[in-house]
Amino acid sequence: MQTKPIALKILDVVSIILLAISTYLALFFAPMELVMGQVQRVFYFHIGTAWVGLLGFVIAALTGIVYLITKDMKWDRFGVAAVEVSTVFFFLTIVLGSIWARPAWNTWWTWDPRLTTAAVTELIYVAYFMLRQGIDDPEKRARFGAVYTLLGGVSAPITFMVIRLFRTIHPVIVGAANANQEKMSMTGDMKIAFFFALFAFTIIFIDLIWHRVRLGGLEDKVEQLKLKVSM
Amino acid sequence: MDKNKIQKDELIPRAKRSSLSSRPSLLKATFAIVQKDLAAEFRSFELVSAMLVFSLLVIIIFNFALELDIKVRQSVTAGVLWTTFAFAGTLGLNRSMSTEKDRGCMDGLLLAPVDRSAIYFGKAISNLAFMLIVETIVLPVYSVLYNVNLFRLDLIGIILLGSIGYVAVGTLLSAMSVQTRTREVLLPILLFPVAIPVLLAAVKASNGLLTGADFAEVLIPLNILIVYDVVFIAVAFMVFDFVVEE
Amino acid sequence: MIEVKKLVKRFGLKNILRGLNFSVEPGEFVALLGPNGAGKTTFLRILATLSRPSMGHVKVAGHHLPHEAAQVRAKLGVVSHMPLLYPDLTAEENLRFYAQMYGITNYQPRITEVLEMVGLENRRKDLVRTFSRGMQQRLAIGRAVIHDPEVMLFDEPYTGLDQDASEMLDEVLRTVAAEGRTVVMTSHDLARAENLATRFDILSRGVIAASATQEDLQNTNLLAFYKQALVD
Repeated sequence: MQTKPIALKILDVVSIILLAISTYLALFFAPMELVMGQVQRVFYFHIGTAWVGLLGFVIAALTGIVYLITKDMKWDRFGVAAVEVSTVFFFLTIVLGSIWARPAWNTWWTWDPRLTTAAVTELIYVAYFMLRQGIDDPEKRARFGAVYTLLGGVSAPITFMVIRLFRTIHPVIVGAANANQEKMSMTGDMKIAFFFALFAFTIIFIDLIWHRVRLGGLEDKVEQLKLKVSM
Repeated sequence: MDKNKIQKDELIPRAKRSSLSSRPSLLKATFAIVQKDLAAEFRSFELVSAMLVFSLLVIIIFNFALELDIKVRQSVTAGVLWTTFAFAGTLGLNRSMSTEKDRGCMDGLLLAPVDRSAIYFGKAISNLAFMLIVETIVLPVYSVLYNVNLFRLDLIGIILLGSIGYVAVGTLLSAMSVQTRTREVLLPILLFPVAIPVLLAAVKASNGLLTGADFAEVLIPLNILIVYDVVFIAVAFMVFDFVVEE
Repeated sequence: MIEVKKLVKRFGLKNILRGLNFSVEPGEFVALLGPNGAGKTTFLRILATLSRPSMGHVKVAGHHLPHEAAQVRAKLGVVSHMPLLYPDLTAEENLRFYAQMYGITNYQPRITEVLEMVGLENRRKDLVRTFSRGMQQRLAIGRAVIHDPEVMLFDEPYTGLDQDASEMLDEVLRTVAAEGRTVVMTSHDLARAENLATRFDILSRGVIAASATQEDLQNTNLLAFYKQALVD
């Protein structure tokens, strides 16, 4: 039985500290945004979670390709870990986005390209879990999972493109385009909070993926032991 | 092996071994699969008739759900059509792949000395044919029911491009979903989120044509349709082996 | 004709085949016997190129698996417990389809020949869905020999057949499918296997536990041998 590696323990502690600092920076250190007020502070975590969410899906598509080439189960564990962690982060992104959207745009949800693509991507990865659930043979599960993450990875950017192109032709009710400009006008302290959040969430992401990959390995070990007992 | 050994018990002397088979080309094998699918379908009409009846039912439901009066109709026709095609399409895709899986015919295909892509292209072309048959019947019916002319060459072109992209992904995913425990239920869940770009682009392009928008406005979704078709045919072609091998 | 060394097949963490050694000489008819879950079907699917070996050396009809699968497939005929036929096509159309898939150019005479061999020439224009289980299985044998393969694999060919149909199938298997070919068959039915095969291999827990030829069994019967092999 392997115990938790020391490096992982250290990373756990670092993650928690970083999260705490990032929270402080976002809630107290960064100056209040003049136009939107306090609610803008949600933006730092929103971007942080969105970034690692996307990162995870890119990683999942890449590990999918590597799995299909090498057929090594460790890449499947890595891919599942990335999708699982990212699905949660992406969900958080959408929720935080809604919290921001409510006072900013006066609606919880708008069908703007980013939001819509986020929702579709989230659904792709929910479908991914349902696909895996329906397959008993672990090797086939890994293979189909890899193929599907690959398809999702190719489809999601096209979805984003499609929606954005259509929205530029038909500008919509709420000022989706303005959001960009608001982000641009960040003061120095805001930038610190912003980049620190990106950094903190990246580390937290790595920590969680590490845990999940390790858990996957332990699951396999348990299965192996069960098999041995039943022999 | 001793080929001259005991011929006496055989009912008919066997043909000479070496002359019989050679590996068929990709094109020939693809064609054989399409021919087989169409022959079976034209005998029973099981698949196409199911898709067709389903399509008409969907249109009728839309009629009442959206209160399709003249004003509304113009702006939603494209959406109604593509929703109908997408739903009917999953029905056909599921059925087409189930017939291969249920009686072990997929194994029969895999046992043949043909490239796996022949199986993919064969099934995809058959599926496309089924979808196009349904579409060519639904279009005039819709035209008559709602007094709009949908029989336009440009619209048919868009429908063809959209159907190609939809079937390219759908065939691959149906080959996956029939191998899972949840089978039929799973296909739309897998297919729709991945097929959203092609459906959106197709709706947008069709809508542009039907509302008489500028050609430039149709051009963008048209390009996306072409890009999607090319990209997903290529991806499906590359990964199909992984979906059928064990 | 078939050569298997140290074959391992895993499904996930389960080892189905554990270092199996097996070989078949040209013209032999080997019956693979064993309890459920011993790995018979898995093993046959590997020989049939439908499943990849996890480890080990597999050579069928002079070609290595899985790398030369296409060459192996051209020389291989498979009869499984499922007919692998399309119910909405006629007997003739089914055979034509498979003839095309095997790249047989002048297939019409071959189809007629095969239909005569399996005794279905007067049903050639009938849909397969109207056939009885036994007739379907005979046509399945016709399908499997359409390209005149060197190696035949039978996977539980008697499943779902009654006594009469099984006897009829025996005859077709013997005269059409097995004659002059190398055959590996899996079966639960010891009596039928005893009639057909020249060698009996017992597959148990992922390895060949025992092997005996027809001559070895002169003094004892197959059932006794089978039971003894499983006890060991």
